[in-house]
Amino acid sequence: MRARVRGRIRTGGRATALALTGAVTLILAAFSPWATFAGFPGKMSLGGFAGGARLFALALGVAAMVIVFDVRGRRQTGLSVGLGSLAVVGVNVVAIAGEGGALGGVAWGAWLALAGAGAIAAGAFLLPTDRPPGEEWRQLPAPIEASAMATGLLAVLGLVVWGLRIEESSRFISFLVFVGFASVSLHHLGLFDWMSSLFTRRVRLAMVLTAAVAIAFPFTQEGNSYWIRVFASIGVFAVAAIGLNVVVGLAGLLDLGYVAFFGVGAYVGALFADATLTTVHVHLPFLLVILLGGTIAAVFGLVIGAPTLRLRGDYLAIVTLGFGEIFRITANNWDGLTGGPNGISGVPDLAIGSVNLGEAHTVFGVSLPGFANYYFVELLLLAAAILVFTRLDDSRIGRAWVAIREDELAAAASGVDTVRLKLMAFAIGAFLAGAAGTVNAHVTSQVSPDSYTFLESILLVAAVVLGGMGTVRGALLGSAALFIIPEKLRAFQDKRLLLFGIALILMMRLRPEGMAPSRRRQRELREEAPEGVAGATGAPPGRPVAP
Amino acid sequence: MTALLAVRGVTKRFGGLLAVDSVDLDVAPGEIVGVIGPNGAGKTTLFNCLSGLETPTSGEIRFRGERLAGRPDRFTRAGLARTFQNIRLFPNMTAFENVLVGRHCRTSVGLASAIGRGPRFRREEKESYERARELLVFVGLGPAGGELAKNLSYGDQRRLEISRALATEPGLLLLDEPRAGMNPQETRSAADLVRRIRETGVSVAVIEHDMRFIFGLCDRVAVLVQGRKLVEGTPAEVQADPRVVEAYLGAPAG
Repeated sequence: MRARVRGRIRTGGRATALALTGAVTLILAAFSPWATFAGFPGKMSLGGFAGGARLFALALGVAAMVIVFDVRGRRQTGLSVGLGSLAVVGVNVVAIAGEGGALGGVAWGAWLALAGAGAIAAGAFLLPTDRPPGEEWRQLPAPIEASAMATGLLAVLGLVVWGLRIEESSRFISFLVFVGFASVSLHHLGLFDWMSSLFTRRVRLAMVLTAAVAIAFPFTQEGNSYWIRVFASIGVFAVAAIGLNVVVGLAGLLDLGYVAFFGVGAYVGALFADATLTTVHVHLPFLLVILLGGTIAAVFGLVIGAPTLRLRGDYLAIVTLGFGEIFRITANNWDGLTGGPNGISGVPDLAIGSVNLGEAHTVFGVSLPGFANYYFVELLLLAAAILVFTRLDDSRIGRAWVAIREDELAAAASGVDTVRLKLMAFAIGAFLAGAAGTVNAHVTSQVSPDSYTFLESILLVAAVVLGGMGTVRGALLGSAALFIIPEKLRAFQDKRLLLFGIALILMMRLRPEGMAPSRRRQRELREEAPEGVAGATGAPPGRPVAP
Repeated sequence: MTALLAVRGVTKRFGGLLAVDSVDLDVAPGEIVGVIGPNGAGKTTLFNCLSGLETPTSGEIRFRGERLAGRPDRFTRAGLARTFQNIRLFPNMTAFENVLVGRHCRTSVGLASAIGRGPRFRREEKESYERARELLVFVGLGPAGGELAKNLSYGDQRRLEISRALATEPGLLLLDEPRAGMNPQETRSAADLVRRIRETGVSVAVIEHDMRFIFGLCDRVAVLVQGRKLVEGTPAEVQADPRVVEAYLGAPAG
């Protein structure tokens, strides 16, 4: 065994040995007690099994074994595994020390794990630099690729379900750190490149599989509505974020009052649903209301856009910020229509035809709470928004938007009617936000002016920027992150904004293109990235790679 | 002879500065016209007026008999395309996409068709793609279509800008210093490109400081000095004119 392992080591023998020792140490430490006192989540005071956050350490320790092989991105992978395990152990040492009074609460296992993690990181650091990654992904037979895609998506679903079940903050942070660094490792191993090439090459299949996984989510919740409700809200937020992505990500117009359009839609939804506390007693069919909400928001977009779109950059941002506030203050004072500061409450559950969406259903023997219905409606709306976004992005209109973002004067001189197209971007963005707003009025069953503050606009922009500008994936990831993480870290509720701020700063420093950027934008912000990648991964030249 | 472009008395004033002073200029179909003059003579301002980026203080611009005014995209749609002295591409779009943007004013599908992907959308996209590919090959950038515009070499960026302008199907192409920063070999291929553009039936007006380039290329040359048109004629006439020498080198002493 030993000889075989040694045979594989071609370069950096000592560094590899160090990292390997670290990995073994970490694995042993994962089975040792980390706390000297009973009661820490995951029975950390007991040895013999890898409970609690020790499981993440174990997984990373096993993953570190990969460093032995001469794989591509070996050093980078080793480094991120090493740093990841350092972070996981570190988080837990801090948590254990915090709960156990002082460092006396931390048992020898944790220190051993810390040493192991450090050895992995140090060993990886000492390895020779990686060869530059080549384009070595071949096409495999269709069934293999399809099952790889399905496995990838199921893994994501599994991770999400697993993560949501974790109750304790410290363990959830460990989980996040684990997932984060594990993703970076997989990225360095080239797995994500391969996956994204699969998903761009087999778009149809990717859509079907993604939809299936999304539909499957409520069935994993065992009738519990809490996370389904959160995910329905994420859906609403993501539709709005996709709309904002048209305005900010494609056309490059920074809109800081965007939540007003969302609010317009929500008020339209509430007013035409015959809510308990409203002055307007009209009940229109929901499909009509959703179009009406979108259209009225789009008209608002045009009205605000027409005079302001001559402004550029910061000036536009300030003016849109002002319009956002005007909307909120108007809603707050127009008692006759909007109910003033009380808003409109008692918005009834959605009814499409004779189906009341507020009721629970049992499908395939699994009981789905009422909110699952809203979740499914959200999925439909989201699918529509994604369709609108991707198709416009890959058309003369989307190209003209990006051209305006890149150089407005040159776009105009190339025959792009910049005023018209900027208005169009504003209207489309507003329409999507309005449509999302009408659904949200039903999801939250009430609307009030303080839901549409400047802060909400900022959060939408943050979702788009964190996720990655100009892509659907970015808007989805950003929205999900901004919703789930605060829900999970309720302990930090009052420091939520501080954490967002720190996260944004870190993101801008470490990965300015966002979590899931468009390739175009990734290359725009990372000059050192290898050239010709987009051309080599199967996308025809010039076509933006669809998310 | 009916002029393709007829400029009459175009004047542009920036506050107290008279940048262009009642300039007349005609360009005939299939002609290559050069515009030369010392720095600050108002050449680029004239081009800006001709492409709608500046509104002339007075005077009129007629293209194919139709009077042009308003925003730049109207000028481009009418058939006047231009390049810029300090290259203005869409740096983070690929070369291919840059050219496709030029097709914008020759395509017309709207939101609904773009979202619905109807037959008209597919036909238009296909035509645009084919045209863009042809144009990239025409300017010699065939293999570079997938590169981001900003990663292209300087000379290639100039050629890309020309192909983007050609994608708008212009009747007259305005080139603002197309050989600035090019080495002699690139200059020769630029001159060759301009001639080939003319062969496709597109007239060209070109601003340049390189006299050999201008006199070797143009059918007619106009000399601007301090906003006014000083001389206009064939390259031979302009070269022989003592006023041109004076404008560039100053009056002989004494």
